[in-house]
Amino acid sequence: MRFTAHKAFFAWDFEEEEKWINEMAAKGMNLQGVGFCKYVFEEGTPGEYQYHLEWLKNRPNHPESVSYIRFLEETGVEHVGSFKNWIYLRKKRADGAFDLFSDLDSRIDHFKRIARLIYVILAIIALYLAYSVWICISRPAALSSFIPIYIVYAVILIGTVFGLIKTRRTYNRLKKERIMRE
Amino acid sequence: MTENIALTEAVYYILLSLYEPMHGYGIMQNVEQLSKGRVRLAAGTLYGAISTLLEKGWIKALPGEKNSRKKEYLITQQGKDAVEHEIMRLRELVANGEIITGGGAE
Repeated sequence: MRFTAHKAFFAWDFEEEEKWINEMAAKGMNLQGVGFCKYVFEEGTPGEYQYHLEWLKNRPNHPESVSYIRFLEETGVEHVGSFKNWIYLRKKRADGAFDLFSDLDSRIDHFKRIARLIYVILAIIALYLAYSVWICISRPAALSSFIPIYIVYAVILIGTVFGLIKTRRTYNRLKKERIMRE
Repeated sequence: MTENIALTEAVYYILLSLYEPMHGYGIMQNVEQLSKGRVRLAAGTLYGAISTLLEKGWIKALPGEKNSRKKEYLITQQGKDAVEHEIMRLRELVANGEIITGGGAE
């Protein structure tokens, strides 16, 4: 039986998202497809699959990404879906351990990519903010109707800055650890 | 090679594996076997290392048959030089360690 669940995760909470998907899989709900805040599950054997998420440098249909995904598939990994540059991967537990990264360098690189994504989100928010400020300057009468929008922008902006701080903190912690070990 | 570099464990074992032609999954299995299960390369890490090694010219992709999806790789002379350099470096590390600690664990 198939069913769809709707749930929102921030980009910087991808580890929580991964955990949730794996908890579902442990209960026999196997992720089959993804969309914007949308997860399609199919009922199956509990604990059959282990899932991982990765934010790629390029879109999943970019030749570089295609060759990477094909490489993963050769190791028994299945690509169940993508959203933007996120890819959702799984492997049967019976086919052995499934990890995407086995050293600090590749984990650092992944967090670097995610930090870059958050910078892009911040830039977009700043652009919108600048646009609405410009409207208010050119039409001062519109100011009062813009206040709720400003509040929404402010909340989103603060949230995103927190996400950036969280990601940068993990990145820096891994970088520091890299001085000591691989 | 004049540059004094230390290879990562992953790179060292990938290069050792590729003294014989091998595809990605084969490298993962070979490394695990060589290290008696201690080193397990994750697919993403391995892919990144292979890309970098190809760029540096330490390994090369073999022209496989058109039908075969799995690409095989082989170490180059430059890669072999790097491995030999690394073995010398590791010898020095072990020798100094043994001298100072008096032989290490029994």
